[in-house]
Amino acid sequence: MQVELTVNGRRRTDEVEPRLLLVHYLREVCGLRAANVGCDTTSCGACTVLMKGAGEPGGGTSVKSCTVLAVQANGQEVTTAEGLATGGDLHPVQAAFRQEHGLQCGFCTPGMVMATVGLLSENPHPTEAEVREGLEGNFCRCTGYHNIVRAVLAAAQADAGTEVGA
Amino acid sequence: MIPAPFDYVAAQSPAHALDLLDSHGDEAKLLAGGHSLLPMMKLRLAAPSVLIDIGRLAELTGIRAEGDELVIGAATPHAALAASELVRADAPLLAHAAAQVGDPQIRHRGTIGGSLAHADPAADLPMALLALGGSVDVLGRDGTRNVVADDFFTGFFETSLAEDELIAAVRVPRRPGQGWGYQKFVRRANDWAIVGAAAVGGRIALANMGPVPLRARAAERALAEGVPAAEAAELAADDTEPGEDVHADRDYRRHLARILTRRALEQRG
Repeated sequence: MQVELTVNGRRRTDEVEPRLLLVHYLREVCGLRAANVGCDTTSCGACTVLMKGAGEPGGGTSVKSCTVLAVQANGQEVTTAEGLATGGDLHPVQAAFRQEHGLQCGFCTPGMVMATVGLLSENPHPTEAEVREGLEGNFCRCTGYHNIVRAVLAAAQADAGTEVGA
Repeated sequence: MIPAPFDYVAAQSPAHALDLLDSHGDEAKLLAGGHSLLPMMKLRLAAPSVLIDIGRLAELTGIRAEGDELVIGAATPHAALAASELVRADAPLLAHAAAQVGDPQIRHRGTIGGSLAHADPAADLPMALLALGGSVDVLGRDGTRNVVADDFFTGFFETSLAEDELIAAVRVPRRPGQGWGYQKFVRRANDWAIVGAAAVGGRIALANMGPVPLRARAAERALAEGVPAAEAAELAADDTEPGEDVHADRDYRRHLARILTRRALEQRG
Protein backbone atom coordinates (compact mmCIF):
# COMPACT_ATOMS: atom_id res chain seq x y z
CA MET A 1 0.00 0.00 0.00
CA GLN A 2 1.23 3.50 -0.81
CA VAL A 3 1.67 5.93 2.08
CA GLU A 4 2.54 9.59 2.06
CA LEU A 5 4.07 10.98 5.22
CA THR A 6 5.98 14.03 6.26
CA VAL A 7 8.99 12.81 8.22
CA ASN A 8 11.08 15.45 9.94
CA GLY A 9 9.62 18.09 7.64
CA ARG A 10 10.25 16.15 4.43
CA ARG A 11 7.38 14.78 2.45
CA ARG A 12 7.87 11.26 1.15
CA THR A 13 5.91 8.55 -0.57
CA ASP A 14 6.64 4.88 0.00
CA GLU A 15 5.16 1.52 -0.81
CA VAL A 16 4.75 -0.44 2.44
CA GLU A 17 3.23 -3.67 3.64
CA PRO A 18 0.23 -2.93 5.90
CA ARG A 19 1.89 -4.86 8.71
CA LEU A 20 4.99 -2.67 8.69
CA LEU A 21 5.36 -0.99 12.08
CA LEU A 22 6.06 2.74 12.13
CA VAL A 23 9.34 2.18 13.99
CA HIS A 24 10.54 -0.23 11.29
CA TYR A 25 9.39 2.19 8.60
CA LEU A 26 11.43 4.96 10.20
CA ARG A 27 14.52 2.82 10.78
CA GLU A 28 14.59 0.67 7.67
CA VAL A 29 12.73 2.60 5.00
CA CYS A 30 13.69 6.14 6.01
CA GLY A 31 17.09 5.20 7.45
CA LEU A 32 16.40 7.12 10.66
CA ARG A 33 17.87 5.12 13.53
CA ALA A 34 17.12 7.37 16.52
CA ALA A 35 13.89 5.61 17.44
CA ASN A 36 15.03 2.35 19.02
CA VAL A 37 13.18 -0.92 19.37
CA GLY A 38 13.51 -1.75 23.04
CA CYS A 39 10.81 -3.92 24.57
CA ASP A 40 8.66 -4.05 21.41
CA THR A 41 5.59 -4.33 23.72
CA THR A 42 4.47 -0.68 24.22
CA SER A 43 6.21 -0.48 27.57
CA CYS A 44 9.71 1.00 27.42
CA GLY A 45 9.21 4.07 25.23
CA ALA A 46 12.56 3.80 23.42
CA CYS A 47 10.65 4.06 20.12
CA THR A 48 8.80 7.27 21.06
CA VAL A 49 8.27 9.75 18.23
CA LEU A 50 5.87 12.63 17.71
CA MET A 51 2.90 12.22 15.39
CA LYS A 52 0.62 14.97 14.17
CA GLY A 53 -2.47 14.82 11.99
CA ALA A 54 -2.81 17.10 8.99
CA GLY A 55 -3.96 20.52 10.10
CA GLU A 56 -3.45 19.85 13.81
CA PRO A 57 -1.70 22.63 15.71
CA GLY A 58 1.60 22.21 17.57
CA GLY A 59 4.36 19.73 17.09
CA GLY A 60 2.33 16.56 17.58
CA THR A 61 1.84 14.10 20.40
CA SER A 62 4.19 11.41 21.63
CA VAL A 63 3.44 7.86 20.48
CA LYS A 64 5.23 4.53 20.74
CA SER A 65 6.10 3.75 17.15
CA CYS A 66 6.37 -0.01 17.85
CA THR A 67 2.59 0.02 18.32
CA VAL A 68 1.56 2.14 15.36
CA LEU A 69 1.36 0.84 11.81
CA ALA A 70 3.06 2.90 9.14
CA VAL A 71 -0.26 2.89 7.29
CA GLN A 72 -1.92 4.48 10.34
CA ALA A 73 0.53 7.37 9.97
CA ASN A 74 -0.47 7.87 6.34
CA GLY A 75 -0.99 11.58 5.70
CA GLN A 76 0.50 12.56 9.04
CA GLU A 77 3.63 14.33 10.17
CA VAL A 78 6.16 12.33 12.15
CA THR A 79 9.10 13.81 14.03
CA THR A 80 12.03 11.75 15.30
CA ALA A 81 15.00 12.90 17.36
CA GLU A 82 16.87 13.48 14.08
CA GLY A 83 14.34 16.17 13.23
CA LEU A 84 14.73 18.28 16.37
CA ALA A 85 17.97 20.19 15.78
CA THR A 86 17.75 23.20 13.49
CA GLY A 87 20.72 24.38 11.49
CA GLY A 88 23.25 22.54 13.62
CA ASP A 89 21.80 23.89 16.89
CA LEU A 90 20.50 21.32 19.33
CA HIS A 91 16.86 21.58 20.30
CA PRO A 92 16.65 23.03 23.85
CA VAL A 93 15.55 19.62 25.18
CA GLN A 94 18.57 17.95 23.57
CA ALA A 95 20.83 20.70 24.93
CA ALA A 96 19.40 20.24 28.42
CA PHE A 97 19.94 16.47 28.29
CA ARG A 98 23.56 17.08 27.33
CA GLN A 99 24.08 19.83 29.90
CA GLU A 100 22.58 17.82 32.76
CA HIS A 101 24.03 14.51 31.57
CA GLY A 102 20.53 13.06 31.26
CA LEU A 103 21.79 9.74 29.93
CA GLN A 104 24.03 6.84 30.71
CA CYS A 105 24.17 4.18 27.98
CA GLY A 106 22.02 6.33 25.70
CA PHE A 107 19.66 3.66 24.39
CA CYS A 108 16.54 5.19 25.94
CA THR A 109 17.67 8.76 25.22
CA PRO A 110 15.99 9.44 21.85
CA GLY A 111 12.70 8.19 23.30
CA MET A 112 13.20 10.18 26.49
CA VAL A 113 13.94 13.32 24.49
CA MET A 114 10.87 12.88 22.26
CA ALA A 115 8.62 12.12 25.23
CA THR A 116 10.00 15.24 26.91
CA VAL A 117 9.32 17.39 23.86
CA GLY A 118 5.77 16.03 23.86
CA LEU A 119 5.37 16.54 27.61
CA LEU A 120 6.59 20.15 27.52
CA SER A 121 4.30 20.97 24.61
CA GLU A 122 1.36 19.93 26.81
CA ASN A 123 2.75 21.26 30.09
CA PRO A 124 5.56 23.80 29.50
CA HIS A 125 6.42 24.21 33.18
CA PRO A 126 5.86 20.92 34.98
CA THR A 127 6.72 20.24 38.61
CA GLU A 128 9.24 17.51 39.35
CA ALA A 129 6.37 15.14 40.18
CA GLU A 130 4.67 15.98 36.88
CA VAL A 131 7.92 15.26 35.04
CA ARG A 132 8.24 11.86 36.69
CA GLU A 133 4.62 11.02 35.89
CA GLY A 134 4.87 12.51 32.42
CA LEU A 135 7.78 10.21 31.60
CA GLU A 136 6.26 7.11 33.17
CA GLY A 137 6.07 5.55 29.71
CA ASN A 138 9.84 5.66 29.25
CA PHE A 139 12.23 3.31 30.97
CA CYS A 140 15.92 3.90 31.61
CA ARG A 141 17.39 0.55 32.53
CA CYS A 142 20.60 2.26 33.66
CA THR A 143 18.18 3.94 36.12
CA GLY A 144 19.57 7.34 35.29
CA TYR A 145 16.27 8.96 36.17
CA HIS A 146 17.58 11.70 38.47
CA ASN A 147 19.61 13.39 35.77
CA ILE A 148 16.88 12.83 33.21
CA VAL A 149 14.35 14.60 35.44
CA ARG A 150 16.90 17.37 36.07
CA ALA A 151 17.36 17.74 32.32
CA VAL A 152 13.61 18.02 31.72
CA LEU A 153 13.27 20.67 34.44
CA ALA A 154 16.23 22.57 32.98
CA ALA A 155 14.64 22.39 29.52
CA ALA A 156 11.37 23.69 30.96
CA GLN A 157 13.22 26.56 32.61
CA ALA A 158 14.74 27.39 29.23
CA ASP A 159 11.17 27.53 27.85
CA ALA A 160 11.81 24.55 25.60
CA GLY A 161 8.05 23.91 25.57
CA THR A 162 7.44 27.00 23.49
CA GLU A 163 9.94 25.88 20.86
CA VAL A 164 8.25 22.59 20.19
CA GLY A 165 7.61 22.06 16.55
CA ALA A 166 9.79 25.01 15.60
CA MET B 1 7.70 -8.87 16.55
CA ILE B 2 5.78 -8.55 13.31
CA PRO B 3 2.08 -9.24 12.88
CA ALA B 4 0.92 -11.87 10.40
CA PRO B 5 0.09 -10.35 7.00
CA PHE B 6 -3.25 -8.61 6.58
CA ASP B 7 -5.02 -6.20 4.27
CA TYR B 8 -5.67 -2.68 5.49
CA VAL B 9 -8.62 -0.49 4.57
CA ALA B 10 -9.20 3.00 5.93
CA ALA B 11 -12.97 3.32 6.29
CA GLN B 12 -14.38 6.51 4.80
CA SER B 13 -17.38 6.62 7.12
CA PRO B 14 -19.07 4.49 9.79
CA ALA B 15 -21.43 3.15 7.09
CA HIS B 16 -18.43 2.20 4.95
CA ALA B 17 -16.92 0.40 7.94
CA LEU B 18 -20.15 -1.57 8.36
CA ASP B 19 -20.12 -2.51 4.66
CA LEU B 20 -16.54 -3.71 5.01
CA LEU B 21 -17.41 -5.71 8.12
CA ASP B 22 -20.30 -7.23 6.25
CA SER B 23 -18.18 -8.30 3.27
CA HIS B 24 -15.26 -9.66 5.30
CA GLY B 25 -17.14 -11.31 8.14
CA ASP B 26 -15.17 -12.62 11.09
CA GLU B 27 -11.91 -12.36 9.15
CA ALA B 28 -11.96 -8.61 9.75
CA LYS B 29 -11.16 -6.56 12.83
CA LEU B 30 -11.83 -2.90 13.47
CA LEU B 31 -8.75 -0.80 14.20
CA ALA B 32 -8.82 2.53 16.03
CA GLY B 33 -5.80 3.34 18.21
CA GLY B 34 -4.69 -0.27 17.96
CA HIS B 35 -3.22 -0.31 21.45
CA SER B 36 -4.95 -3.52 22.44
CA LEU B 37 -5.20 -5.12 18.99
CA LEU B 38 -1.70 -4.52 17.61
CA PRO B 39 0.11 -5.99 20.64
CA MET B 40 -2.09 -9.09 20.30
CA MET B 41 -1.33 -9.29 16.59
CA LYS B 42 2.40 -8.89 17.22
CA LEU B 43 2.22 -11.82 19.65
CA ARG B 44 0.13 -13.71 17.05
CA LEU B 45 -2.66 -14.07 19.57
CA ALA B 46 -4.80 -12.46 16.89
CA ALA B 47 -4.37 -12.75 13.13
CA PRO B 48 -7.24 -11.00 11.34
CA SER B 49 -6.85 -11.00 7.59
CA VAL B 50 -8.33 -7.51 7.20
CA LEU B 51 -8.01 -4.42 9.38
CA ILE B 52 -10.68 -1.77 8.95
CA ASP B 53 -9.33 1.53 10.26
CA ILE B 54 -12.00 3.66 11.93
CA GLY B 55 -9.52 5.60 14.04
CA ARG B 56 -9.70 8.82 12.10
CA LEU B 57 -13.40 9.05 11.38
CA ALA B 58 -14.59 12.48 12.54
CA GLU B 59 -18.06 10.99 13.15
CA LEU B 60 -16.59 8.80 15.89
CA THR B 61 -14.65 11.44 17.81
CA GLY B 62 -15.54 14.30 20.08
CA ILE B 63 -17.28 14.84 23.39
CA ARG B 64 -20.59 16.64 23.78
CA ALA B 65 -23.35 17.13 26.32
CA GLU B 66 -26.76 15.87 25.26
CA GLY B 67 -29.44 16.49 27.88
CA ASP B 68 -28.41 14.74 31.07
CA GLU B 69 -25.76 12.61 29.33
CA LEU B 70 -22.28 13.08 27.97
CA VAL B 71 -21.85 11.51 24.55
CA ILE B 72 -18.28 10.49 23.76
CA GLY B 73 -17.25 9.38 20.30
CA ALA B 74 -15.85 5.85 20.34
CA ALA B 75 -12.55 6.87 18.74
CA THR B 76 -11.86 9.54 21.36
CA PRO B 77 -8.42 8.87 22.82
CA HIS B 78 -7.91 8.52 26.57
CA ALA B 79 -5.79 11.69 26.69
CA ALA B 80 -8.68 13.74 25.27
CA LEU B 81 -11.08 12.21 27.77
CA ALA B 82 -8.74 12.92 30.67
CA ALA B 83 -8.19 16.52 29.56
CA SER B 84 -11.81 17.35 28.69
CA GLU B 85 -13.25 20.10 30.91
CA LEU B 86 -16.71 18.71 30.21
CA VAL B 87 -15.81 15.20 31.36
CA ARG B 88 -13.83 16.47 34.35
CA ALA B 89 -16.83 18.51 35.47
CA ASP B 90 -19.71 16.16 34.70
CA ALA B 91 -18.17 12.68 35.02
CA PRO B 92 -14.90 13.15 36.91
CA LEU B 93 -14.51 9.45 37.60
CA LEU B 94 -14.32 8.82 33.84
CA ALA B 95 -11.67 11.50 33.34
CA HIS B 96 -9.68 10.03 36.22
CA ALA B 97 -10.02 6.47 34.91
CA ALA B 98 -8.86 7.57 31.45
CA ALA B 99 -5.78 9.14 33.04
CA GLN B 100 -4.93 5.80 34.70
CA VAL B 101 -4.68 3.85 31.43
CA GLY B 102 -1.09 2.91 30.55
CA ASP B 103 1.16 5.93 30.09
CA PRO B 104 0.99 9.25 28.19
CA GLN B 105 1.97 7.75 24.82
CA ILE B 106 -0.61 4.98 25.18
CA ARG B 107 -3.27 7.53 26.17
CA HIS B 108 -2.54 9.51 23.01
CA ARG B 109 -3.47 6.51 20.86
CA GLY B 110 -5.80 4.22 22.79
CA THR B 111 -9.52 4.96 22.48
CA ILE B 112 -12.51 4.51 24.78
CA GLY B 113 -14.41 2.46 22.22
CA GLY B 114 -11.42 0.23 21.63
CA SER B 115 -10.92 -0.36 25.34
CA LEU B 116 -14.59 -1.25 25.84
CA ALA B 117 -14.73 -3.52 22.79
CA HIS B 118 -11.54 -5.27 23.91
CA ALA B 119 -13.30 -5.89 27.25
CA ASP B 120 -10.32 -6.77 29.39
CA PRO B 121 -11.85 -7.37 32.83
CA ALA B 122 -8.75 -5.79 34.43
CA ALA B 123 -8.95 -2.58 32.39
CA ASP B 124 -9.86 0.86 33.67
CA LEU B 125 -12.59 2.07 31.34
CA PRO B 126 -14.91 -0.97 31.45
CA MET B 127 -14.97 -0.70 35.25
CA ALA B 128 -15.51 3.05 35.07
CA LEU B 129 -18.40 2.73 32.62
CA LEU B 130 -20.05 0.13 34.81
CA ALA B 131 -19.65 2.24 37.97
CA LEU B 132 -21.09 5.28 36.20
CA GLY B 133 -24.07 3.37 34.87
CA GLY B 134 -23.14 4.37 31.33
CA SER B 135 -24.08 2.77 28.05
CA VAL B 136 -22.77 2.15 24.56
CA ASP B 137 -24.32 3.21 21.25
CA VAL B 138 -23.85 0.24 18.94
CA LEU B 139 -24.14 0.87 15.22
CA GLY B 140 -25.28 -1.92 12.95
CA ARG B 141 -26.96 -2.34 9.59
CA ASP B 142 -30.37 -1.76 11.11
CA GLY B 143 -29.38 1.41 12.90
CA THR B 144 -28.20 2.17 16.39
CA ARG B 145 -29.01 0.23 19.53
CA ASN B 146 -28.10 1.34 23.01
CA VAL B 147 -26.63 -1.24 25.38
CA VAL B 148 -26.24 -0.46 29.08
CA ALA B 149 -22.88 -1.29 30.63
CA ASP B 150 -24.45 -4.04 32.76
CA ASP B 151 -25.41 -5.93 29.58
CA PHE B 152 -22.43 -5.04 27.40
CA PHE B 153 -19.74 -7.27 28.90
CA THR B 154 -20.74 -10.88 28.35
CA GLY B 155 -17.58 -12.89 29.00
CA PHE B 156 -13.80 -12.94 29.20
CA PHE B 157 -12.80 -10.42 26.48
CA GLU B 158 -16.32 -10.78 25.08
CA THR B 159 -19.07 -8.24 24.55
CA SER B 160 -22.58 -8.17 23.14
CA LEU B 161 -21.22 -6.61 19.93
CA ALA B 162 -22.10 -8.69 16.89
CA GLU B 163 -19.49 -9.31 14.18
CA ASP B 164 -21.07 -6.72 11.93
CA GLU B 165 -21.49 -3.99 14.53
CA LEU B 166 -19.28 -1.21 15.84
CA ILE B 167 -19.32 1.09 18.85
CA ALA B 168 -20.26 4.57 17.68
CA ALA B 169 -20.36 6.38 21.01
CA VAL B 170 -20.33 5.98 24.76
CA ARG B 171 -22.88 7.62 27.04
CA VAL B 172 -22.45 8.47 30.70
CA PRO B 173 -24.83 10.34 33.02
CA ARG B 174 -23.87 13.94 33.81
CA ARG B 175 -23.48 14.24 37.56
CA PRO B 176 -21.45 17.35 38.40
CA GLY B 177 -20.42 17.47 42.04
CA GLN B 178 -21.29 13.86 42.79
CA GLY B 179 -18.71 12.09 44.95
CA TRP B 180 -16.70 9.27 43.46
CA GLY B 181 -13.89 6.95 44.44
CA TYR B 182 -11.40 5.06 42.27
CA GLN B 183 -8.92 2.52 43.53
CA LYS B 184 -6.60 0.37 41.50
CA PHE B 185 -4.07 -2.01 43.01
CA VAL B 186 -0.98 -2.69 40.93
CA ARG B 187 2.53 -3.90 41.66
CA ARG B 188 4.13 -2.06 38.76
CA ALA B 189 3.50 1.40 37.35
CA ASN B 190 1.32 1.46 34.20
CA ASP B 191 0.00 -2.04 34.83
CA TRP B 192 -3.48 -3.48 34.66
CA ALA B 193 -5.29 -3.71 37.97
CA ILE B 194 -4.69 -6.81 40.05
CA VAL B 195 -8.03 -5.69 41.47
CA GLY B 196 -9.83 -2.38 40.99
CA ALA B 197 -12.84 -0.77 42.64
CA ALA B 198 -14.82 2.29 41.51
CA ALA B 199 -17.74 3.87 43.36
CA VAL B 200 -20.18 6.56 42.24
CA GLY B 201 -23.29 7.30 44.26
CA GLY B 202 -24.61 3.90 45.30
CA ARG B 203 -22.94 1.96 42.49
CA ILE B 204 -19.75 -0.04 42.96
CA ALA B 205 -17.85 -1.72 40.12
CA LEU B 206 -14.93 -4.10 40.40
CA ALA B 207 -12.13 -4.86 37.94
CA ASN B 208 -10.45 -8.24 37.59
CA MET B 209 -12.73 -10.03 40.05
CA GLY B 210 -14.15 -12.33 37.36
CA PRO B 211 -14.32 -12.74 33.59
CA VAL B 212 -16.12 -9.40 33.21
CA PRO B 213 -16.15 -6.16 35.19
CA LEU B 214 -18.63 -6.76 38.02
CA ARG B 215 -21.03 -4.84 40.22
CA ALA B 216 -20.50 -5.44 43.95
CA ARG B 217 -24.22 -5.95 44.37
CA ALA B 218 -24.30 -7.19 47.96
CA ALA B 219 -22.31 -4.16 49.06
CA GLU B 220 -24.56 -1.87 47.01
CA ARG B 221 -27.66 -3.36 48.64
CA ALA B 222 -26.18 -2.87 52.11
CA LEU B 223 -25.36 0.75 51.31
CA ALA B 224 -28.91 1.30 50.09
CA GLU B 225 -30.19 -0.07 53.39
CA GLY B 226 -28.10 2.48 55.27
CA VAL B 227 -25.30 0.18 56.39
CA PRO B 228 -22.11 2.21 57.02
CA ALA B 229 -19.62 2.17 54.13
CA ALA B 230 -16.92 0.24 55.99
CA GLU B 231 -19.39 -2.56 56.80
CA ALA B 232 -20.90 -2.58 53.32
CA ALA B 233 -17.41 -2.92 51.85
CA GLU B 234 -17.00 -6.21 53.73
CA LEU B 235 -19.56 -7.65 51.28
CA ALA B 236 -17.71 -6.46 48.17
CA ALA B 237 -16.29 -9.88 47.27
CA ASP B 238 -19.54 -11.79 47.83
CA ASP B 239 -20.56 -13.98 44.90
CA THR B 240 -17.29 -13.40 43.05
CA GLU B 241 -15.10 -16.10 41.54
CA PRO B 242 -11.91 -14.24 40.64
CA GLY B 243 -9.18 -15.93 38.67
CA GLU B 244 -5.77 -16.80 40.06
CA ASP B 245 -2.43 -15.86 38.56
CA VAL B 246 1.14 -15.04 39.51
CA HIS B 247 -0.01 -11.77 41.12
CA ALA B 248 -2.75 -13.02 43.39
CA ASP B 249 -4.73 -16.08 44.40
CA ARG B 250 -8.50 -16.07 44.82
CA ASP B 251 -8.56 -15.23 48.53
CA TYR B 252 -6.10 -12.39 48.13
CA ARG B 253 -8.17 -10.92 45.29
CA ARG B 254 -11.28 -11.08 47.50
CA HIS B 255 -9.35 -9.40 50.29
CA LEU B 256 -8.26 -6.66 47.88
CA ALA B 257 -11.82 -6.18 46.65
CA ARG B 258 -13.05 -5.53 50.20
CA ILE B 259 -10.20 -3.16 51.06
CA LEU B 260 -10.31 -1.25 47.77
CA THR B 261 -14.11 -0.94 47.93
CA ARG B 262 -13.85 0.52 51.45
CA ARG B 263 -11.23 3.00 50.23
CA ALA B 264 -13.28 3.90 47.16
CA LEU B 265 -16.37 4.48 49.31
CA GLU B 266 -14.40 6.58 51.78
CA GLN B 267 -12.87 8.56 48.92
CA ARG B 268 -16.36 9.06 47.48
CA GLY B 269 -17.45 10.63 50.79
